[in-house]
This record gives sequence, structure tokens and C-alpha cells, in this order.
Amino acid sequence: MEKTVNQKAWFLILPVLLLVAFSAVIPLMTVVNYSVQDTFGNNQFFWAGLEWFEEMLQSERMWDALGRQLMFSAVILTIQVPLGVFVALNMPKSGFWSSFCLVVMSLPLLIPWNVVGTIWQIFGRVDIGLLGYTLDALGISYNYTQDTFAAWATIIVMDVWHWTSLVALLAFAGLKSIPDAYYQAAKIDQASRWAIFRYIELPKMMGVLMIAILLRFMDSFMIYTEPFVVTGGGPGNATTLLSIDLVKMALGQFDLGPAAAFSIMYYLVILLISYVFYTVMTNLDKKGG
Amino acid sequence: MDWMAWTTPTAVFFIIIACTLVVFTVLAIKFPEVPRVGILRTETTRGDRLFITLLGSAFINLAWLGVVGANQPYALIVCLIYAAAVFRWA
Repeated sequence: MEKTVNQKAWFLILPVLLLVAFSAVIPLMTVVNYSVQDTFGNNQFFWAGLEWFEEMLQSERMWDALGRQLMFSAVILTIQVPLGVFVALNMPKSGFWSSFCLVVMSLPLLIPWNVVGTIWQIFGRVDIGLLGYTLDALGISYNYTQDTFAAWATIIVMDVWHWTSLVALLAFAGLKSIPDAYYQAAKIDQASRWAIFRYIELPKMMGVLMIAILLRFMDSFMIYTEPFVVTGGGPGNATTLLSIDLVKMALGQFDLGPAAAFSIMYYLVILLISYVFYTVMTNLDKKGG
Repeated sequence: MDWMAWTTPTAVFFIIIACTLVVFTVLAIKFPEVPRVGILRTETTRGDRLFITLLGSAFINLAWLGVVGANQPYALIVCLIYAAAVFRWA
């Protein structure tokens, strides 16, 4: 059937555009204005040109934070995506236990981020926390406030605990949408469990998995509250991720100019990666039908 | 508007971006966009190519600032060549 093409329909999104302009575009413009100026407060600004951008591009501090951020996102995606798919594959497909699993798995997603941080901060403490105390009793040296590895392990395990359910729920939705006929055909062909996963389940889940990867990447790349509450960016700068560093710079040191230049570069990286994901997702959709 | 700390160069920058968006919106209404597959191996419309151009130009400017560090306006020439290439082949 021929689709009706009417470009004027775009005007229907005008209210959303206005709302986004108010909540995102105008603040973003202000950040661009800050990035080319210097201020000492009192709403007085002095022209600085591209100085802050130059300073930020040569700043070891920013590159280090970006490196840590990329590593954090890569590690949590590498763990959460396969683990989420594994959980979804092993969940009961229907009946009481299916609903039970769905509810239990949704629980971590409902907890506010700073509460998650507080839970893990206490959980990991050697004196009163169950995890820290147990590890200490087993003779394993664990102190997330002093040891870099322990701090990283804590924030990664915390993120896995908080967000794997999201990947699992999305993968489960993808699995549920596969008609039984596919499994029956596989059974007739005597396909192995691996072949069913590789040629039926994985391709059918690809669309939702890409959404899960995009969501998890975006969230992990912008993460602030949880690691800030647990480690405060420490020990030293070991877990100072991009947004923690940015807040330190903008609000802690009141370096609005460099922080604005930093934000714009941060934003551009997110925009680029999201666009690549979006393009891959729409291409997959088209291939899928 | 004082709180937004406007400067003439940033105002000009945003006016140019806004004008570009308006021109492309009008073009999209007058001459509906036809997606095509170019060297990026994915379907792009005129709007997509504008987005790729603007985003790429931002990175070209940053790269110029980080690597060359002087004569920033010359980066705009690279951006124009890049834009022409995107609109022709992407």
C-alpha cells in the first residue's frame, strides 16, 4: 500500500520542540557561551576564545577520566549483555514463576541511584557491611576506600547488580516474541541448543538487544551518583569518571569556562556514539522487515 | 538574557546553525527527501547528511585545535571540503 507522505506533519512535533528548547537547547547554548569566556562570579564574563578547549584537549586529567569512563562502560557492557541474555534464556517462559521472576528482577531498577550507592557503600564496609565483613573474615584483603582494584570491583558489581535486570527484561521480551513455529522447525531439524540460540533466538533478539546496549552505554557513560556515593571518585582519582570530574571542575572549583568546554566535548562524544548506535539499530530494523 | 552570557561570535554561530536548519526544513517541505545509500553503506537523507556534516565539523575543529593549534579559521575550509564530500558521496 502506498504511504501518504505529508511533510507538514512535522509541524505536529512543534510543542515537543518548544519543550526541548526550554529544557535542553537553551541550557546547552549557555554552556557554549560559557566555554569561550572566563568568569570570577558576579555574572561578569571575559572573552577567552578557544583557550579552554585548547587547555582541555591537552589536559591529562580529562584524557585520564575519558579513559576510565570508556573502560567502565566497556567492562559493564561486556558483563551485563551476555549475563542478561543468559538470565533471560533461563527464565521460566510462562506461569506463576515467570511473573515472580519478572517482579523480583525489576526491583533493583526501582531503587533510586543514590540509595543504590548508599546500600553498596554500607554493604562493602569491613566493619559493618555484610560483603566487606565476609570477605575480611575469609582472609581476602578488601577495602574499597584505599585499594583501586577493590573500588573498581565494587562499582562494577554494583552496576551489574543494578542494571543487568534491564538487559534481561528486554532480552526476555525479545524471546517471548518468537513464534513457536520456529522452535518446532528447529526440533524437526534436530538443531542443537547452540544452533537454536545462534540462528533463531539471537537474530530475533537483536533489535531489543541493540536498544539495551544503547541504553546501558548511555547510562554508564553518564553515570555519576552511584560511584560518587560509594567512592567519591577515589582512592585518589582511581574512580573519577567523566561526570564526577566535570562536577568537581564546575561546582567544586567554579572553573565554569574549562568545565563548559569539557561538557561540550563530552556531549559530542555521546552524540557521535548514539548516532552510530541509532544508525545500526534502524538498519537492523529494516533488515528484519 | 544576561544570565546566558551571550557573546557576538557565539550568537553568530547559533544564528548560522538556526538559518541552516530553517533552510533545510523548507527544502524538505518543498522537495521531499529521498534516502540513498552512499559510501557509508547506510541510507541517508539530506537531513542525515546535514547532521553528519555538523557533527563531523565539530570533531574536525577540535582535531585542528588539538593537533595544529593555530590558524583555526583554516579548519573551516577542511569542514567545507568535508561537507561537500558528505553531501556528494555519503
